[in-house]
Amino acid sequence: MENREDILQTVTQLWRKLMRMRWLLPALLAFIFLTSLAVHHFELLDLYIQLILMYVGINIILTLSLNLINGYMGEFSVGHAGFMAIGAYIASFLTVRVFPAHMAVWLFPLAVLAGGIGAAIVGLIVAFPSFKTRGDYLAIVTLAFGMIVKSAIENIDTLGGPRGFLGMEKLSTLPWVFFWAALSVWAIRNLVYSNFGRGVLSIREDEIASDLMSVNTKEVKIIAFVVSSFFAGVAGALFAHLLQFINPRAFDIIKSTDILIMVYLGGIGSIAGSILGATIYTVLLEVLRPMGIWRMVFMPLMLVMLMIFRPKGIMGLKEFRWFVPIRDLFASRLWREKREDR
Amino acid sequence: MSYVLQQLMNAFQLGSIYALIALGYTMVYGILTMINFAHGDLFMVGAFLCFVAAVFLKLSFVPVMLISMFGVALLGVVIERLAYKPLRQAPRVSAIITALGVGLFLENFTLALNPYPKQIPQLMSNTTWTILGVSISSLQAFIIVLSLLLMLILDLIVRKTMVGMAMRAISWDKATVPLMGVPMNLIISVTFAIGASLGGAAGVMYGLAYPVIDPYMGIMVGWKAFISAVVGGIGNIRGAMIGGYILGMVEILVVAFFPSTYRDFVAFALLIVLLIFRPYGILGKPQPQKV
Repeated sequence: MENREDILQTVTQLWRKLMRMRWLLPALLAFIFLTSLAVHHFELLDLYIQLILMYVGINIILTLSLNLINGYMGEFSVGHAGFMAIGAYIASFLTVRVFPAHMAVWLFPLAVLAGGIGAAIVGLIVAFPSFKTRGDYLAIVTLAFGMIVKSAIENIDTLGGPRGFLGMEKLSTLPWVFFWAALSVWAIRNLVYSNFGRGVLSIREDEIASDLMSVNTKEVKIIAFVVSSFFAGVAGALFAHLLQFINPRAFDIIKSTDILIMVYLGGIGSIAGSILGATIYTVLLEVLRPMGIWRMVFMPLMLVMLMIFRPKGIMGLKEFRWFVPIRDLFASRLWREKREDR
Repeated sequence: MSYVLQQLMNAFQLGSIYALIALGYTMVYGILTMINFAHGDLFMVGAFLCFVAAVFLKLSFVPVMLISMFGVALLGVVIERLAYKPLRQAPRVSAIITALGVGLFLENFTLALNPYPKQIPQLMSNTTWTILGVSISSLQAFIIVLSLLLMLILDLIVRKTMVGMAMRAISWDKATVPLMGVPMNLIISVTFAIGASLGGAAGVMYGLAYPVIDPYMGIMVGWKAFISAVVGGIGNIRGAMIGGYILGMVEILVVAFFPSTYRDFVAFALLIVLLIFRPYGILGKPQPQKV
């Protein structure tokens, strides 16, 4: 009995030590990136597994970007697939119609960036209704926005209308997906733990109070929406070049609902939660594929159970230590010391 | 002129169905301040119950309608008890996500049971009258009259009966009402039953008017009905009716005068414009913000 407790203690101590070794994270990331390069180059993994990994990466980007608005800022946005659609269509249009065919591989990052920027510009427009309305009314505005985007694309003939758009090469590769996913994690983590991030969190807790505490709520909301839609656009661009075929129906409410589920499964206001949620949802859907259509019955049941027994999701408002800047880990202690100095 | 009148008639029919579903959203929102996203799928279940009752049990219209309404009401109460009740004290968003999950479950369960779209048989003789160059089918007239009747009954229930008074009291102040001896859980169940049965009735009507039904039909109609509820001011019963008719009008009139692919585009753009000028819906009141 004693022996077991000893072992447990040493394991926890080791774990804590591991969590403190912050250089491990960049090292790990570099290692994974190099592995993904090798995997892509020498085809070390089954193509099917590579595909799933890429879906996981894209879903992580989507989940994180929605979590910035829904989880950290506390607004309820439902039209995220709309931003994704804009990014996907802009990037595909660029690589298929604008860029010369032999240069498409090299200009692909540019196309993804353009997709993100295009989505960000539209995100700027969607941010304005959020000044006036909150909660359910903002939900309706974003929902309507998603439907407007879908129906606008259906009516543009150069983009293939309802038939869809094809001709993209398979330019999304494992290293690229990994790169963008890591970038989104890095960007949102730095954003959330910056001064600006405090503003975002204060809006979630109490918008009026934060306004009175001289947080520029309008500016914060605009930036949050722009950043979030940028990454959604990036995810869309990657998605389009992975599937090599997009049509407006791929970006309808069901897609938005999927992203919402991943956010709330993982837990609001948590980067680690977003990663976990996206991974679990994507992988589980694939693992359960032998169940056929019944897996789509099982998944929502699981979600309902999770919500009943753990209403905040897996990691709700908690964070994995590696994602918290050191300054913030010891913030309360620093603050106390400072106060004693005075 | 008669073309416009004809389209108005069609708009009235579609609007009635939207309004009936929107009532379910708005009643649940009014009493629990929770958006029941599974409501659109209850509507779908209503249409499928109608199909089962009409094809396998070979019943006529009135029992089919009663079976659908009763079955969906029961389903609504069961869902409330199993999925929403444990979450009353939880954050609001978890209840919304649960509702989304329940909706997905209903869709995919129906899909797993029968993967093909179904056609609902004609349950009533359909004669067409022509008045002033406008042709009205008896089905159309029936749908409009019946839904107006159901809405009238609901309005009376909410305004004149004890149950309605209890509902209004709960939506006014959830903390004090149980202290007054109002059986809160019972009233909430009754609210769900009434809202769901209206959705079931709408499902039957929709199935009769547009006879092909499939498990995903509840999504789009459900969201549209939710939009109607918001346009009218969510939580407000008369607002939901007005909102439903407005959305029906806008959709049909856009289809009548533009290419039909612009339907969603114009409808939702108008909606956003409306929400800019009246952010809380037509009959909604701005919620007081506590400082």
